[in-house]
Amino acid sequence: MGPRAVLIEDLGADPADWADGLRGMSLAGVTEVVPAANTVLVNCADPRSLAQVRERLATVRAADPARRASAAPIEIPVRYDGEDLELVANSTGLAVDDVVAIHSGAEYFVAFCGFAPGFGYLRGLDPRLHLPRRATPRTRVPAGSVAIAADYTAVYPRASPGGWLLLGTTANVMFDPDRSPPALLEPGAHVRFVVS
Amino acid sequence: MRQAIEVIAPGIASTIQDRGRTGYAHLGVSPSGAVDPRLASLTNRLVGNPDEASVIETCGGLVLRFTGAALVATSSELAPVSIGAGETYRLPGDRSRLWHYVAVRGGIDVPAVLGSRSSDTLSGLGPPPLAAGDVLPIGAEPESQLAVDHAPGTRLRDVVRVTPGPRLDWFEPVSFERFVAGAWTVTESSRVGVRLSGVRLVRRITHDLPSEGLVRGAVQVPPDSDPVMLLADHPTTGGYPVIAVVDPDDVAVVAQTQPGGPVRFTGHAVGSHLRR
Repeated sequence: MGPRAVLIEDLGADPADWADGLRGMSLAGVTEVVPAANTVLVNCADPRSLAQVRERLATVRAADPARRASAAPIEIPVRYDGEDLELVANSTGLAVDDVVAIHSGAEYFVAFCGFAPGFGYLRGLDPRLHLPRRATPRTRVPAGSVAIAADYTAVYPRASPGGWLLLGTTANVMFDPDRSPPALLEPGAHVRFVVS
Repeated sequence: MRQAIEVIAPGIASTIQDRGRTGYAHLGVSPSGAVDPRLASLTNRLVGNPDEASVIETCGGLVLRFTGAALVATSSELAPVSIGAGETYRLPGDRSRLWHYVAVRGGIDVPAVLGSRSSDTLSGLGPPPLAAGDVLPIGAEPESQLAVDHAPGTRLRDVVRVTPGPRLDWFEPVSFERFVAGAWTVTESSRVGVRLSGVRLVRRITHDLPSEGLVRGAVQVPPDSDPVMLLADHPTTGGYPVIAVVDPDDVAVVAQTQPGGPVRFTGHAVGSHLRR
């Protein structure tokens, strides 16, 4: 991807774990390691560092997923009062209570971040809740909105336009630049939503 | 008392920028930083600042008042200018490029967010865009001596170098060749990206690509609209296939082209662009 970056696919592991494995090697000249849905992007300071990184790519060992699964999941309290809760119930043929029970009953993990600082794409959504995003996105989704789209669920870290279906809201601060790390949800983290 | 700059008129798209945020892309944080980093560094050097000092980036129309004597350089004049206390400074008009820089000796001293004083116009991180009445503190004098008192205008290349992919297979055959051969015009420009109009690039695969990481200079092609070359405030991941990546040294050539202006590319569709 240009003279200073490489996009890697067919990782043989989850991109978040592979990215962790590469990060753990602390290769010189690597400036960013960005996992996404199926790929990892590695950005380097200059073409020379990229050439050295390319030589080491075959030796990357993905971080063991069991390592993060053994840690206690991050719990996000949710008030299930989202504007699309009825719509989701009607579209899936489920009762509203079932939608809430299914969404809050699963354990998720952060596949990758994107769209906005601290916006984590969480995998692990029950297939019964897989629905397309709204045909017309909302011009403003409030901060803390807990939402679903396709096979992902996510929390909007700040108010923004958005087309995902809104199930509820959390008061948790998802992204705070004065905190370390600034994002509550980092790639690879395990997450549960708790009814509040 | 600390000296400061008062914004009399913010002009167009004026923000504070330095070299941007590195190391947070995996959390969804855009790189930001000056759209034309070399020009911003050059302007800094004219007032003896380190390259990473914060400058004002603007598309023009900027009017400033200095509370105390200051040494200032702009990318339009490329020479340091002494400004007296209370003096008003109007950025000279300059149609030769879109983005201009104003550096003041000491730099602009607003709080850093995630290691940078850059405004991120996509996410709102960092200082907000300049507004009339803003008071921008000037940092402490650097210890450096003034080494440069004039810089020749850097001439940008006429032809922009690109490398193919990584998603050429999402387009009809010879699309990269058509992209390189095409006569392109800048139709829209912002810190997020530059939209180009010219050749119609036909997608072979029309559905969205699962999101993947993006770099500055990547040329994304949405299914039903013109390609966009990504700039400083680009989203960190995206779902449109990238047909080409502009060489980092040439990204500013495209960024500095006025809307309505031409862009020409050069490059060859060879080599493995995607691993395995």
